[in-house]
Amino acid sequence: MTTPTRTTRGSATASRVVLYATLVALALIFLVPLLWMVITSLKTYTGAQQIPPSWLPNPIAGYGYEQILNNSANPVLRWFFNSMLAATLHSLLVLVTASMAAYALARLKFRGRGVSFALIVGTLFIPPTSLIIPNFLIVDQLNWIDTLAVVVVPGAASAFGVFFLRQFFLSLPNELEEAATLDGANQWQIFFRVVLPLSKPALATLAVLSFLTNWNDFLWPIFVLFSPEKLTLPPGLGLLQGSYVTDYPVIMAGAVLASLPVLILFVLAQRHIIQGVSRSGLKG
Amino acid sequence: MADVIEVGAARGDAPPPAAKARRRGASAGRTGRATPYLFLAPYLVLFGVFGLLPIILGLWLSVHQWDFQLPNRPFIGLDNYKDLFSSDSAIYGDWWESVRATAIFTVLSVPLLVVVPLGLALLLNRSFPGRTFFRAIYFAPYVLGVAVIGLLWRFLLDANLGLVNRLAGAVGLPADTPWVTAMPWAWISLVGVTVWWTSGFNAVIYLAGLQDISPELYEAARMDGASAWQRFRNVTLPGLRPVLLFVITTTVLASANMFGQSFLITQGTPGTETRTVVWFIVEEGLRDNDAGRAAAMSIVFALMLAVVSIANFRLFRYKED
Repeated sequence: MTTPTRTTRGSATASRVVLYATLVALALIFLVPLLWMVITSLKTYTGAQQIPPSWLPNPIAGYGYEQILNNSANPVLRWFFNSMLAATLHSLLVLVTASMAAYALARLKFRGRGVSFALIVGTLFIPPTSLIIPNFLIVDQLNWIDTLAVVVVPGAASAFGVFFLRQFFLSLPNELEEAATLDGANQWQIFFRVVLPLSKPALATLAVLSFLTNWNDFLWPIFVLFSPEKLTLPPGLGLLQGSYVTDYPVIMAGAVLASLPVLILFVLAQRHIIQGVSRSGLKG
Repeated sequence: MADVIEVGAARGDAPPPAAKARRRGASAGRTGRATPYLFLAPYLVLFGVFGLLPIILGLWLSVHQWDFQLPNRPFIGLDNYKDLFSSDSAIYGDWWESVRATAIFTVLSVPLLVVVPLGLALLLNRSFPGRTFFRAIYFAPYVLGVAVIGLLWRFLLDANLGLVNRLAGAVGLPADTPWVTAMPWAWISLVGVTVWWTSGFNAVIYLAGLQDISPELYEAARMDGASAWQRFRNVTLPGLRPVLLFVITTTVLASANMFGQSFLITQGTPGTETRTVVWFIVEEGLRDNDAGRAAAMSIVFALMLAVVSIANFRLFRYKED
């Protein structure tokens, strides 16, 4: 590096200041609405009705949270538990089925491989929303309406996981399998003892993305879940808004409860989420 | 038969000597001919029931009058499709209003969802302390679901109590804008919220693309005395072309499939002007009980999206030549 002259050093500092000012201004745009959700959830009913609104809750009130925690018409904790269970089971189901299928498609030779892969990838181009009506009839025939299975299973048919893991498995070197085969391992042993342990980052990414998708799903559960005690959080929040209309501390407390797990997951698994998203872009 | 024997061998159930010898001599990891299918089976069951069957069932439904409440669901040929295109049918007005709403939202939101994230990505595509932190903040709204986003923005955009009008008033702008109940505000709100919610997602995709562009190209351009704009125009944009095509195609599809924002924020208002196609289809099929007509709409809608996607590809491929 050459020693900067006084003017270039000055303009470098100036451009740093402009850069950070821009970054912070943008950060505020993304953050203030989320902070406002938390602030409002800590206000009293009258506190939230004030005009102009106060930036800080005064006093800090547990009102919103008390309302959602002891509420038989809107069992928010129950929805939270249902969402947790559904999203966890869903992402396990995706991991198991997609990893096995992707392994066969990436590493095994068999008749029909090309056709199956083409069929599976082909459905990536069909908008899932256009399959909602027939899928509704199918889950109705299975007697799955208003059960846990209806929000766990059908989404696992998505081709994304298979496609995503196949790409990853293809990138693993062949020598690994050859070495394992020489040691007498069969395909199942290679899959469980060699391929899966090497694929932990990709599996973690898929698990996190599947969890997020399921946790946030709205369009499907609002039509296939009905009983208040069966709802997941997204349709539940709709019900909560229906009962509390402009009682914003209560509604925002519900929104905070629905946001916390995914925000925590995002902080913990940021690398996986960002990588998953960028890799899905690079396939295009 | 051979398959069965080999599966038996793989499981170690007393294989006949010949099979055993064959297995020893086989090349890399050959276990049994059925093995690949066993690996595929669990996913294929799911895929068959919830991926392929709905496609076939959708086509079948669309040529039937399928009312949940009626015992007979007669075959009616292409009537469901004809209804969508003949102005004297009961559904014609509502259907095309929803197509119009979807088209308006797509046309207004896609340019912003392509350009704003590109700006964010360019801003983040250099090394400075805190880069990962800011990237995380810009991405954060995307990890929240539409239910949370919808409730939050319904509140923020409330004409009386909402923060948006309060802030507008504080800087001398009108403080009584009806953001979610009148035009053109309803569209501005829906587009604005969507840009706020999903820009981080596209920005991350762009960032990955930007990092794949060789720094040497920028170096060479700089040596030739190219300005920042020229470097963007002649190095960045051509390098991003495949990523740009991906972003545009997926964003068009995402916007065209919009549902939650208008369902929760504008609730379709004013009138039913912001009710989108997806909303209208599920309402028709699941609330108003005509699965046949809804299936026909789904298929026409999927075809419309296919045409738009192909046009996208053509446009960009053409430019590449």
